[in-house]
Amino acid sequence: MKEYRTITKIAGPLVFVEKTEPIAYQELVNVVLSDGTIKRGQVLDTSDELVVVQIFETTTGIGRDSGVRFTGETIKMPVGHEMLGRILSGGGKPIDGGPEIVPEKRLDITGAAINPYARGMPADFIQTGISTIDGTNTLVRGQKLPIFSAAGLPHNNVALQIARQAKVPGSTENFAVVFAAMGITKEEANYFMQDFERTGALERAVVFLNLADDPAVERIITPRLALTTAEYLAFELGMHVLVILTDMTNYCEALRQIGAAREEVPGRRGYPGYMYTDLACIYERAGMIKGKKGSVTQIPILTMPGDDITHPIPDLTGYITEGQIVVSRELHRKGIYPPINVLPSLSRLMNLGIGKGHTREDHKKVSDQMYAGYAEGNDLRGLVAIVGKDALSERDRLLLEFADLFENRFVRQGYDEDRTIEDTLNLGWEILSTLPVEQLTRIDRDLINKYHPKFRAGAKKE
Amino acid sequence: MKTEKTKEAKKGVLKRIAGPVVTAVNLDAHMYDVVKVGKEALMGEVIKIQGDNTIIQVYEDTSGIRPGEPVINTGLSLSVELGPGLLTSIYDGIQRPLAVLVEKMGNFIERGVTAPGLSHTKKWTFKPLVKAGDKIEPGSILGEVQETNIVHRVMLPPNVKAGVVKTIRSGDFTIDEIICILEDGREYPMIQRWPVRVPRPVREKKNPTIPLITGQRILDGLFPIAKGGTAAIPGPFGSGKTVTQQQLAKWSDAEIVVYIGCGERGNEMTEVLTEFPSLEDPKSGKPLMERTVLIANTSNMPVAAREASVYTGITIAEYFRDMGYDVSLMADSTSRWAEAMREISSRLEEMPGEEGYPAYLAARLSEFYERAGLVETLNGASGSVSVIGAVSPPGGDFSEPVTQNTLRIVKVFWALDAKLSQRRHFPAINWLNSYSLYLDALHDWYDKEVSPDWNKIRSWAMEVLQKEAELQEIVQLVGSDALPESEQVTIEVARMIREIFLQQNAYDAVDTFCDMKKQYDMLKAIKLFADFAYAAQIAGVSPSQIIAVKAKNELPQIKFIKDYKPELAKIEKEMDAEFNTLRSAA
Repeated sequence: MKEYRTITKIAGPLVFVEKTEPIAYQELVNVVLSDGTIKRGQVLDTSDELVVVQIFETTTGIGRDSGVRFTGETIKMPVGHEMLGRILSGGGKPIDGGPEIVPEKRLDITGAAINPYARGMPADFIQTGISTIDGTNTLVRGQKLPIFSAAGLPHNNVALQIARQAKVPGSTENFAVVFAAMGITKEEANYFMQDFERTGALERAVVFLNLADDPAVERIITPRLALTTAEYLAFELGMHVLVILTDMTNYCEALRQIGAAREEVPGRRGYPGYMYTDLACIYERAGMIKGKKGSVTQIPILTMPGDDITHPIPDLTGYITEGQIVVSRELHRKGIYPPINVLPSLSRLMNLGIGKGHTREDHKKVSDQMYAGYAEGNDLRGLVAIVGKDALSERDRLLLEFADLFENRFVRQGYDEDRTIEDTLNLGWEILSTLPVEQLTRIDRDLINKYHPKFRAGAKKE
Repeated sequence: MKTEKTKEAKKGVLKRIAGPVVTAVNLDAHMYDVVKVGKEALMGEVIKIQGDNTIIQVYEDTSGIRPGEPVINTGLSLSVELGPGLLTSIYDGIQRPLAVLVEKMGNFIERGVTAPGLSHTKKWTFKPLVKAGDKIEPGSILGEVQETNIVHRVMLPPNVKAGVVKTIRSGDFTIDEIICILEDGREYPMIQRWPVRVPRPVREKKNPTIPLITGQRILDGLFPIAKGGTAAIPGPFGSGKTVTQQQLAKWSDAEIVVYIGCGERGNEMTEVLTEFPSLEDPKSGKPLMERTVLIANTSNMPVAAREASVYTGITIAEYFRDMGYDVSLMADSTSRWAEAMREISSRLEEMPGEEGYPAYLAARLSEFYERAGLVETLNGASGSVSVIGAVSPPGGDFSEPVTQNTLRIVKVFWALDAKLSQRRHFPAINWLNSYSLYLDALHDWYDKEVSPDWNKIRSWAMEVLQKEAELQEIVQLVGSDALPESEQVTIEVARMIREIFLQQNAYDAVDTFCDMKKQYDMLKAIKLFADFAYAAQIAGVSPSQIIAVKAKNELPQIKFIKDYKPELAKIEKEMDAEFNTLRSAA
């Protein structure tokens, strides 16, 4: 393999090489330092005169005297079923002291788009045991549902609880967890690892760790490695894979860093203009394929800078993913766990996975009614602060109480509490029954007669 | 010698590759020529010429392509194939049928695979409508093919000269077989090709006068769009843009629907694909898919093809319009299209305009929306293309360039509101911010087709909602009990309009589509309650008694009943009786 010593410029993570033979776009590059260390990179821009290489690690030690070897192929990663139970670096190297991965296949990490025509329709209800998700923002297999959180909130606990409890009721199919950490602290990583070990989840998991002090640029490939692995497990080995990506905010920062180093025209808040497409190429790698057994379900976690949901990172994410689970500081302050604020939360695929044959016929309408009641009750809190409770009408007073009840009974649950969907829906009915029946305009009469505690109880007495 | 030279010039060499934009040298090209890039012959389009450099946007992933690889100019502009076989198809942004791609390259979209937009082997039964000796003009209908339950009218292309028919064939043909020969020797098959960036010509553009009935109460009732009109649906994520677009694609009374999923989610397209074939057109009873063409260029598919998808879609829509059909086109989302423009523009290192969008953003948007309209086609028929574009403003902020430039062009604005969707008020269209500029144009139609007092009832409902908004501000400060009695009644009536009339459940088998007659009856029943209530209040009945009237609690149920008339009559009767009792007690 030819080695070039024609580096002309090094800026941040970028290395500029001149006078090369034709080099392929996105080709994998090895840079050899004078002491023999090898750093990996990828071609970002190629022309007759100049090739721009993005190095995945730090560029420390690279100089004009370093050699550049172009490998002639795009980045591929070895995958195999032995990866389950392994811990790998953010660049895909084993860091658990175990042997190298024996490749069953080598796959391109960019991953091609699933042909929309070949996609299977997600419809399997995943029970997470968390009422605010199962009841009001249902997760289904093949969905990408991010957790929007912010600094200092227990999003990691929520993600772990989902990873631990998630199951499709009545199904015993093969499942696996792929966990990709990007720029999280060692402490946070330990927390995840300990929980995986405590619950025995590790043997069904593949872990990719890019920690806070690992090279930022490596974060660009970490989620791609994780998703390539997930796709292999799902579509080649037929497993149902849950992918947790944390923290996407760090990923986007790395993207911005490279954009700045390339002196690109920046978009909103300095993030590159192609960030939507870039994020889409990650998030869209979830789903099912017609005629294949497995599925890839994604739960990316991101922290909203300044709790701002309109910040480009949550904003673009929300436009790509199928909903979002929003973790709220206000509920957290009230001491409610999990502090999921259902109002801005949403699951777009919910309607595919609920109702008769999936969960229960009353699911959708109970959920809508709770939303309507909670939203109105929540608004009234502002009013009460001004006029006092006494000025409220009877209807409003009940709604106000409903909002409190909703938070304390429905939202609040234990870290290890695993509620079935029946429990969740019955709980919903229980709190809804504090409102007068005629106020339940979202639910048709038949369902009220069948499920409303008052009528159910009445029926039993007869 | 001469031919050899042109052949040479048609082949260039790649010089630089950086993402979806590549540079070639030594290529004789014109703007928007389609070129084949690299050894794998990836499809691309010329977007800039600078000295000897030709800059090309590539519709497929460019990983692994090297400088020095060949570039071949086809000399054609990006065109679509038009002819029988379009309906029920699902295409990517450059009209490659996705079903064929699955056969050719499996479940994932690989590259370098070409597939024609239409089947060139399938035979269609062609029934001529002209005979030898007939004089035909550009756009004239030559004959028909029963494509699905829709009749596909085969036309003379619009960009050719008139002529006289010498031979016209009848029977089963592929789209490439000649079906018509003219006196001057010209031969025509059923297929025609049209460059997507050029609008198809029409005889005359007219002002629309008929509403596009969508079965959605807030749209048909309060903010209607005309057939041939333009509408925008801007809203933050999660406010229900896609559901609204899909509802329109399902239920609008257009004869042909073109649905463009531009840079959106893969699973959503799958939902459309799975659902449409099983849904029935409320009018014809046939599967909705039979009148639909889908274009799916999801967010992770190449960005240049996303840019093209909108043009591909509207060209297909215009083609059906030229047959004399009413076509509605949904583009979800035009923001993704604008972002594709921005992405390519920034790779070209063009001087950015507002928020990094190219300076020609406004021009491109208006060119696109202007391709909508009610027209007299070249063959004298009346056809229309209605365009409904979703807009996804970053952070839900309507002041951003795509929303603003869109609003300057479109006539109907359906403002989605995150607050409403959070309380599960669907469709989450804000009744105070939305507007329709077609109200006057459609006034007569509503008068004649719905009821002479429809327009009055509509204005009444809008007034009540407006009044409620003002009152709510006071309520926020002092509580509802402090309002004068008549206004407490207004608040209750407004609540009924919102919860009964405006809220509509897209997932309920009955409520998902509500015809104009039912819309009228529902709104009229609410008005009836209001009339009773104000009369009773003047007679001395207290607001709390009025709000406690039991019969009105049954009104919401009307939405879910198919044969609602007897139930509605019963409720109205009970309402009357209850108010009578109240009045006599007061």
